[in-house]
Formats: sequence, structure tokens, C-alpha cells
Amino acid sequence: MSLELSAQERSTLAGDTGAGAAMAMRIVVESARLLGAPRLIPVQSAHIDGALYHGDSGTLFAEKLVEGGAKTAVRATLNVGALDLTGCARVRLVGHEREMAQRMMHAYLDLGCEPSWTCAPYQSGHRPALGSDVAWGESNAVVFCNSVLGARTNRYGDFLDIACAISGRAPDYGLHRSENRLARFVFDVSGLDRAFLESEIAWPVLGSLFGRLAGTEIGVVAGIGKHPGEDALKAFGAAAASSGSVGLFHMEGITPEAPDLARVLRGAEPAERIVVTGQMVRDAQARLSTAERTDRIDAVAIGSPHLSVEEFARLRKLLAGRRVAVPFYACTGRHVLSELDRDGGRVTLEAQGITVVADTCVVVTPIMADMPGGVLMTNSGKFAHYAPGNTGYAVLYGSMADCVESAVSGRPRFGA
Amino acid sequence: MMHSGKILVEGADASGPALVLSQPISFWGGVDPKSGRIADVRHPQCGVNIAGTVLFLPGTIGSSSASAVLMELVRNGHAPAAMVLHEPDAILLLGLIVAQEMDWQTPPAIQLDRGLYGAFEGHSVRVKKSEISAI
Repeated sequence: MSLELSAQERSTLAGDTGAGAAMAMRIVVESARLLGAPRLIPVQSAHIDGALYHGDSGTLFAEKLVEGGAKTAVRATLNVGALDLTGCARVRLVGHEREMAQRMMHAYLDLGCEPSWTCAPYQSGHRPALGSDVAWGESNAVVFCNSVLGARTNRYGDFLDIACAISGRAPDYGLHRSENRLARFVFDVSGLDRAFLESEIAWPVLGSLFGRLAGTEIGVVAGIGKHPGEDALKAFGAAAASSGSVGLFHMEGITPEAPDLARVLRGAEPAERIVVTGQMVRDAQARLSTAERTDRIDAVAIGSPHLSVEEFARLRKLLAGRRVAVPFYACTGRHVLSELDRDGGRVTLEAQGITVVADTCVVVTPIMADMPGGVLMTNSGKFAHYAPGNTGYAVLYGSMADCVESAVSGRPRFGA
Repeated sequence: MMHSGKILVEGADASGPALVLSQPISFWGGVDPKSGRIADVRHPQCGVNIAGTVLFLPGTIGSSSASAVLMELVRNGHAPAAMVLHEPDAILLLGLIVAQEMDWQTPPAIQLDRGLYGAFEGHSVRVKKSEISAI
């Protein structure tokens, strides 16, 4: 299949609108060829995961676009960077790396992106309409955008996300097409204990299991019952996108493209029906922890994806005025920070020993003390997945209540 | 032994020891961008270095920053010599496409059915155009 380009797209490729715009269009076109897409489609917005420093190459790339005069053609929010520009938390990047991370963040702003600096843009006012085509990066944001909002995006990696934002185009492929959004398997949780399904940890644990079993297939979760709330769906999607390649899930009666099973399966029999058992859930939960010992913790981190206003309210309630005995990091975006600062919430939390981290998070950049063999407790399926590789800490997984009780007492406590 | 695959991203001819991954990997969080060492403690080959190998990938999972990690490996000289993929992974391969935009020399990426990977294990492998052969 050959790729057909419009006159305008060809003109951009030819450099008529500048070298930066041509470079962005080349990247989109090369990706489209790789994917076998027949054409490009317009996108309404983008969420850019590319401004996180992984090394100098990404900074040099962004600066090359800036030098070429490129500007975003559509609304583009930014995912986390490697620095906390709000000054809430101290990032231990120094010298050359700090300078390059900062240059990178500035280059993306120069390209016209919004300084949102959050992995939960969908909770900071960037909510594309049902059925609209967008180009989003950051795996949890992608899965939320597709699944909960019903907007259409593939999992746009670094570089392609900004290239789509500049060109305003994306390859017509994958999840942009209705026929590719149907469920192929059913993930039936109706046999699980209702008390578990109403607990906070149900969502990261089930998401992690779903992701591992799904691979690249799209599934529908059946048997949830009542809507678990947006933060639960956020946690489920983030965990599913960490343990697998999930870009879209459906939940029967809850997500917009799955009013019922017949619709989301388009009348076909599912290729597979996974009946989730209590044992599968216990195994999945156990897999989230990597620490061999459960008698110590060195730090607690929550907020992947970034905490919402509601999650901070829950944290404050659970703390009930007490001080924590180990470093405790609560990661969020500046959209929530401004809410927290309105009623003095951040100052109160800081007095209780909580470090609020904004614009970034503890798993993508060095904030936590360097402590080989240290144990990190978290309620996030995504932190549980990435913390060992990225930070060197082993993970103990528990609910937010477990995290708070453990942090206050300085020792792991479960079932709080 | 020789198999012919499909060129996903062109690159110069390359050779190196085969590294056949037994499980899919997430480059971001799973591979150290500074050294190429597999850092995912849940991966059975954790600690092995992918730099300079002909890397056989049964699949990739996880973060959309895989492309950035791969491009950084290309720039700092710790990329695989060549990559063999079961299916085109646009996120990962974009790291190569963008590296070419930056005028950095990239490894070739070839598509080959993962059922054929096992035979290369333990061999040195040459990748020439679309041909993958044990040497």
C-alpha cells in the first residue's frame, strides 16, 4: 500500500513552510510508511511526552526543530520534564545533565507547547471530544484518552508526538480507525469479591493483570457494576499500559464505546473469555512487590499518574494531622498545586513531612536519595512496575492507607 | 543458516553476537540509556548488555519513550549493531528514523518471524540488507 499525500502535505515536505516543519512532516511520513498507513489525517490536539531528558540526543532534536522555525499547529500539552520548575522538590540532576534537561524543556515551550508538565493532562483540562483524532504520547495518557474519553490516538512515542503537533497530521492507522477499536477478549471480574472491587487497590492490581494478559489485544472488562470513579480508571489504565502494550481498554457500561458487550464486540463472539479468579488477583498483587523483606521501608511515593485534587484530599484525610517518619513523595501537576496552595494544603503537608513533587516525578528523575537495596512503598501500579529499574529501590505495594500508616510508623503496615 | 526478512529501517551492514530476548522488553525503564544494559529486574536477561549485539526482539511493551532511549543509545554508541523485530514497532523504530534526521549512523532494523529466532542463539550474526545469517 502506498502513502498518498495531499498537496499541502507535499508542500510542507518540500520545505515551503520552513525547515523545521519539513523535518516534522518527514518524521510523520516515515512513520506512516513504516505502519503501512494509506494517508495522513488531521489531528485536533497533542500531548507531548518528548520533553523528558533521557540524554542529550532528545535536547538536540528539539533544538533542531526550534532552529528550523517549527511551531505547533494544534494545542499541545506537555508531559513531565526532568526538573521541578515550581521549586517544590529538589532534583539531584547537576551540571551538564541539568543544563541539557532545562534546555530541552525550554525548547518544547519555544515550539509552542503549553507548560502543563503533567502525565494526567486529562485532569488538567485537556479533554478531547469523543471520536476526535488526536496524537498523544505517555502510555497512561494514551490509554485514558482512548478508553475513558473515547478520543482516538495511537501510542505516539517521543519525537512523533511533537512531529504530529507541528504538522497537525498523523498516520491514518491503528486506533484512529473504528474497526480497530473493538474488543477481542472479555476480562470477566464478576466472580470477584465485591469488597475487593470497591477497594482502591483493585484498579492497579486488575490493570496490571489485564495488561499482562492482553498483550497487544483490546479487551473489555465485564462485571464491574457501578462506576468506580475517574481516578480508579486512571490507575487501571496506567497499570495496564505498564505491564503490557495496552492503548485502549473498554469497561462494560462504564467507558463510552462499551455501553454493553454486544456493541463493543460488534455482535461477534469474543476470541477469549478470561474469568478472573481470586487466586489470579492475589498473584497479580504479589507481583507488584519486588522487595524480599517486608520488615522495612525507606521511602513512600504516590502519584503515578499525577495525583488529582480528590486524591490529595484523601491523603490529607488519611494523614489526619500526623507526621511521617520516612521520606514521602506525592507527585502531581501544577494544575493541582495551584488548588492545593489556595487553602494552604501544601504548607500543611510539608509540615507533616510530605514532599510535594510537581512537573515531574520520582521515577523519571533523581529526587529520592540514592539507596541501593532501599525499599519504596507505593500504591501505584505504574511506580511498582518502573521503580526497581529506574531508581534501584525494591518495591512494596499497598493501598494509599497502607502507605500512610507505614510512613507514619516507619515500618510496613498492611490492611490499615 | 540464513533467513531473509523485511527491511523496516535501512542501515549499514552489521554483525555481532546474537542476543535473543526470551521475553518482550520495555526500552524505557528496561534498558539503561547510558550503557545499553538491561535494567528491568523482572526480565530474565536483566544485566545483559544489548550494545553491539544483533538484538532479536520477540516484542516490546510499555512506555512511549522507547524511541528516546534507542536514539540516545545510537548517539552514545551503545545501540545494538542490528535489530530484528517480529513486527514493526513504530515507537521503537522512530528512534532510528529520528537519529537519521540528526545525521547519526543507525543500525538496520529487519522484520523476521520470532519463530525463527532460536536458531541464531549462540551464533555471531551478520545482517546484510534484508538477509540475516549465522557466521
